[in-house]
Amino acid sequence: MNPLPKLRQWLDERFEWDDLIAPLREKAVPLHRLSYWYFLGGITLFLFVIQVLTGILLLLYYRPGANEAFESVQYIMTQVQFGWLIRSVHSWSANLMIFTAFAHMFSVLFLKAYRKPRELTWVSGVILLFLVMGFGFSGYLLPWNTLAFFATKVGTEITGQVPIVGKPMMIFLRGGEEVTGATLTRFFGFHVAVLPGLATLLILVHVLLVQRLGISVPPKLEVEWTANPSVKREMKFFPNFLLRELMAWYVALGVLGALAAIFPWNLGVKADPFVPAPAGIKPEWYFLFMFQTLKLIPPKVWFIDGEILGVLAFGVIGLLWLLLPFFESDHPSRTKRWITGVAIFALAYVAGMTVYGHFAK
Amino acid sequence: MAILPSSTRSRAGVRWLLLAAFLGLSASFGYGQAKNSCLDCHSTLPDPFGVTQDKFSQDIHAQKGLTCVNCHGGDATSDDADQAMSRKAGWKGKIDRKQIPALCGSCHSDPAYIRGFNPSLRTDQLSQYLTSVHGKRLAGGDTKVAVCTDCHSVHDLRAPSDPRSTVNPVNVATTCSRCHADAAYMSSYKIPTNQFAEYSKSVHHDALAVRGDLSAPTCTTCHGNHGATPPGVASVANVCSTCHVFQSQLFDTSPHKEAFASAGLPGCVTCHSNHGILHPTDEFIGTGDKAVCTQCHTQGDAGYAAAGKIREQLAQLAVAIGNADQILGTAERSGMEVSQPKLDLTQARDALTKARVTIHSFNVDRVGADVKLGVAAAAKDYTAGQQALAERNYRRIGLAISLIAIALALIGLRLYIRQIES
Repeated sequence: MNPLPKLRQWLDERFEWDDLIAPLREKAVPLHRLSYWYFLGGITLFLFVIQVLTGILLLLYYRPGANEAFESVQYIMTQVQFGWLIRSVHSWSANLMIFTAFAHMFSVLFLKAYRKPRELTWVSGVILLFLVMGFGFSGYLLPWNTLAFFATKVGTEITGQVPIVGKPMMIFLRGGEEVTGATLTRFFGFHVAVLPGLATLLILVHVLLVQRLGISVPPKLEVEWTANPSVKREMKFFPNFLLRELMAWYVALGVLGALAAIFPWNLGVKADPFVPAPAGIKPEWYFLFMFQTLKLIPPKVWFIDGEILGVLAFGVIGLLWLLLPFFESDHPSRTKRWITGVAIFALAYVAGMTVYGHFAK
Repeated sequence: MAILPSSTRSRAGVRWLLLAAFLGLSASFGYGQAKNSCLDCHSTLPDPFGVTQDKFSQDIHAQKGLTCVNCHGGDATSDDADQAMSRKAGWKGKIDRKQIPALCGSCHSDPAYIRGFNPSLRTDQLSQYLTSVHGKRLAGGDTKVAVCTDCHSVHDLRAPSDPRSTVNPVNVATTCSRCHADAAYMSSYKIPTNQFAEYSKSVHHDALAVRGDLSAPTCTTCHGNHGATPPGVASVANVCSTCHVFQSQLFDTSPHKEAFASAGLPGCVTCHSNHGILHPTDEFIGTGDKAVCTQCHTQGDAGYAAAGKIREQLAQLAVAIGNADQILGTAERSGMEVSQPKLDLTQARDALTKARVTIHSFNVDRVGADVKLGVAAAAKDYTAGQQALAERNYRRIGLAISLIAIALALIGLRLYIRQIES
């Protein structure tokens, strides 16, 4: 006897289950030669779930504190059954998630999926990207190794360059004038409580908006399909697209497992605040384009401090980026080409500066 | 007609009055430099009479307020050369080399006077100097030997703590070598002149000059400074033991102590040489080409056998450490977390260092005990390395199985999609 129909009936009698999942049955995914890009959001979500699960497992053994953090991660890596796998998957998944989040953002940008009525989907997505980078920045310090310690020192110092609010912000982030155990506990709090709470809320908003507004179609195709609905091609979200998404998740899982087993995430050397910073200290790759830019700006530009100018410029660019959909035309036939130009330039700049920053001394 | 209004004139007058009062008070309180007419002339004279203001201002004595007259006598306040350098004013002229130690000692042997400048400065330099080879020969009429100014410089004499001082630890060997490495100058003394060249190749020079370790020995550390004299055969070991305490204690309890003494051999120097002490390697011990043991021991005697055995023990530990290091390195390059066993390997390295010190007991069993501890520690780390590599292989097998499972799931999904879409 199959219990599923009975369970479904039981749910339907109480929660009107069929009505609840009706939109899922209705939901369709546009089918065209660029449909593959639609998988990126789902893969990012999958990696976020991996992060949450592995993060909870790491919490069972991780101890925040300058005297314990490094040793506890070392214990996880060497003594805890499959601890190495959990920690390596967490670290690799974090990096892959940031990569897929960036890729998802640029795919949305090039497919012009941010247009009316999806402005808020874009806004919530960009804020999510900032949060994900915050996850990376706060999580990087948690093993309390030398590289993390000095990268955090440099990173928070850059925050301190912001006029007026910079110094109080830096002291707030560090929990004092210097990077100490207080910074570590603070970052731990951001990493496991503040950021996950905010991110979960925004992911819900983001997914609900996607659900409510449906999936966007590139403007040219939208014009074509509106003029001639008979050429419109779609795929049912459930189960056809979801099964394909599941395949993508399996592939992501395989890549994650391979990276974790062949290149377990390095632990490094325990941080010692009294030793000089290692030569050529650099942040994680996703901050490199900003770091390299700040390095290239002259110490003084006219009468303004170069670093302050750089930080302010990134702040303004970040804000404009967030508001990008509001500069776009409402009509699919009259989309603004300069936004595509900006997108190409931004992608080339971020990629180029990241590679340059990686090889620069 | 007055050029300035009366109120302005009165203000200008007050200003002039104040300036004159200031200058007068400054002069009466000795404000500014004391007059030193010696430098007026000597700063323009060629060597050996020339002393510039710039040079003399570098001198520790000038910085403490002393002037030319404190050593040379005369009247530095007079602009008349005849008056300034008159015998009546106590002018001594150029100090005779033989008189230099006594002249310096007239202040530096007076604790009450020196206390006024530097209470921690010793005041036994002259008495020590008189016991030195330099001092004795000077007393015997040999003016070629070093006097105070030869080592400390003159007119720009700096404190020994100043890195530019000729007697700063880093510069002492060079200062001594100015005479002792000069074969022509030293020819009449019939002593070697290769000490500096030998020392420059030594582990001590490397520590001091290259690594900047100011505790490393230079000439004066072993020979003394003011009381400089070659350490005798009997006291060489005492000189070395001031730093190499454990080696010295072990040597004193070893059979070599008595054997060396009866053969008239100077302890440490017999195996390690004196000025050109190279960094010791394990090849120093044993029966090989570079071993120093074979200088005295020959095949068949007990010492020869013991030397060979000790060499074997050291090699055994060195190999064990090398193997553990290699396997841990391989594991680390494979991404395995082996920082703890790598740290633990320092125990084996420490045991090797200790065994190298224990060699000075020349006791096979004592060296063996240290080696045994080291080999056990290295074996534990080697096992940790093996386990790390086994774990790496286990992970890779696990990965392969997982990837197969994922591939099967992907194929299954693909087939299912095809089925529902057909």
